[in-house]
Amino acid sequence: MAIERLFIANRGEIAVRVIRAAQALGIHTIQAHSEADADMLAVKLADEAVCIGPAAARDSYLNVDRVVAAAQKAGADAVHPGYGFLSESPRFARALEAAGITYVGPSADTIERMGDKVAARQAAEAAGTPVVPGSKGRIDGVDEAAQVAATVGYPVMIKAAAGGGGRGIRIADTEDELRKLAPQAQAEAQAAFGDGGLYLERVVRNPRHIEVQILGDGSRAVHCYERECSLQRRRQKVWEEAGAVCLDEETRQALCASAVALAEAVSYSGAGTLEFLYDEASNEFFFIEMNTRIQVEHPVTEMITGVDLVQEMLRIAGGEPLRLTQDQIKVHGHAIEVRINAEDPLMQFMPFPGQVGALRLPEGEGIRVDHCLYEGYQIPPFYDSLIGKVIAHGADRPDAITRLRGALRAFGVEGLKTTIPLHLALADDPQVQAGTFHTQWLEPWLDAGNLTPLAATGGAS
Amino acid sequence: MSDVQTPLPGTFYHRPSPNDAPYKAKGDAVAVGDVIGLIEVMKTFIEVKAEAAGTFGGYVTENEAAVTAGQVLATVDA
Repeated sequence: MAIERLFIANRGEIAVRVIRAAQALGIHTIQAHSEADADMLAVKLADEAVCIGPAAARDSYLNVDRVVAAAQKAGADAVHPGYGFLSESPRFARALEAAGITYVGPSADTIERMGDKVAARQAAEAAGTPVVPGSKGRIDGVDEAAQVAATVGYPVMIKAAAGGGGRGIRIADTEDELRKLAPQAQAEAQAAFGDGGLYLERVVRNPRHIEVQILGDGSRAVHCYERECSLQRRRQKVWEEAGAVCLDEETRQALCASAVALAEAVSYSGAGTLEFLYDEASNEFFFIEMNTRIQVEHPVTEMITGVDLVQEMLRIAGGEPLRLTQDQIKVHGHAIEVRINAEDPLMQFMPFPGQVGALRLPEGEGIRVDHCLYEGYQIPPFYDSLIGKVIAHGADRPDAITRLRGALRAFGVEGLKTTIPLHLALADDPQVQAGTFHTQWLEPWLDAGNLTPLAATGGAS
Repeated sequence: MSDVQTPLPGTFYHRPSPNDAPYKAKGDAVAVGDVIGLIEVMKTFIEVKAEAAGTFGGYVTENEAAVTAGQVLATVDA
């Protein structure tokens, strides 16, 4: 049954994004908010707003009972969880189901299964999606280790089968090295855990993070191509692109097809993302995990495919079969998103929950800004620092970077420190321009002092 | 007597983690730079340190309370 009254159980820019998608489909919107968020932009834009509890997220946005009760009381027939908070909670999805309210996302069982690393790896293997190769069980001798390593592929990581953490991990690039290191690892494992059993796994050095966007209706799935999200700081994505220009067409097709196979194998319903490590040296990709929700970086996919992912989520949750066939989804150009956080990048990214002064948002061809800002808005200190995203779409990657730089220079926001200077410096960096980076690239780049007040102005005086 | 103020808005914690004892108890000696509490601001934890030495006079702001920048958290007696 089509959704008529949608409850948005999130805040910030994604709540605004969901409201816009719902209103475009003629759906009545009910925005949840904490006591600290009564004046956020999503509350102003929604048809109704409901306070669900105190500022602390555990008492409001993370409180399943309160959110479900508020959705029920508001007469909602569906709930969109956004990202973060309760967006990957099987308990939340089950509680809504018990209350007779539609969850905009996959089933609780799918959320649970794909949220469990071991179960997700098993599902991937069963669907024929590559995972990081490793030994099936414990290895007891050096010859056995060499045999397994030959099938897993070098370089390999050798670690104790017992115990956890990084203790006793060794990396061998060749069989000679392995034959030298395995006995040491065995002796150390025996001493530390009283068990000399070993475990072997392929090492993916300096991988890229590439992910595939999929949409499914429970029986059929399609992909909306890939995103490259290798520029990360403290495991948080900073700059995201669609597509991944490092992939050749054959690899791209294989990657996207394997993502669809896994999505269909778990009867996936809604929008989801399969994350992979990509090893450029060997041109191999390995599934690492699935996110069973909409992601922060979904706009880059929307820009290059023209598919409104959030509207599609709402249609699927409302019972419509998937409207798109794979051949209808085509890529046009390249898109880049950068995350605008209320942080001072020149002061170790110190949070800066200030009050928004004069605000000038960039606009122009190929530019989109998803945000939760307005002049006079006091950013609360209780939640994530993400306040918006600038997305630039161009004919190709250099064109997208040029448009991004222009948009960032035109973005004016008084009263705050933001990560805009970081993104301007990245846009001017030769390696970023050449696209030669990986997941371990940004932190050393920052540590090396590449972000200076001069670099942050893009060299302009 | 001097006041320990928070430089940032956020949530104030008396303890390093829920299972630990508070950083200071009334009557404890306080040296310059001693950690008095934590401020959680946008998922980041910032240590609040004493800027004057003396004897801890007690927390003025409750544990886990929402605070605004400049708010007095605790007192230190010279």
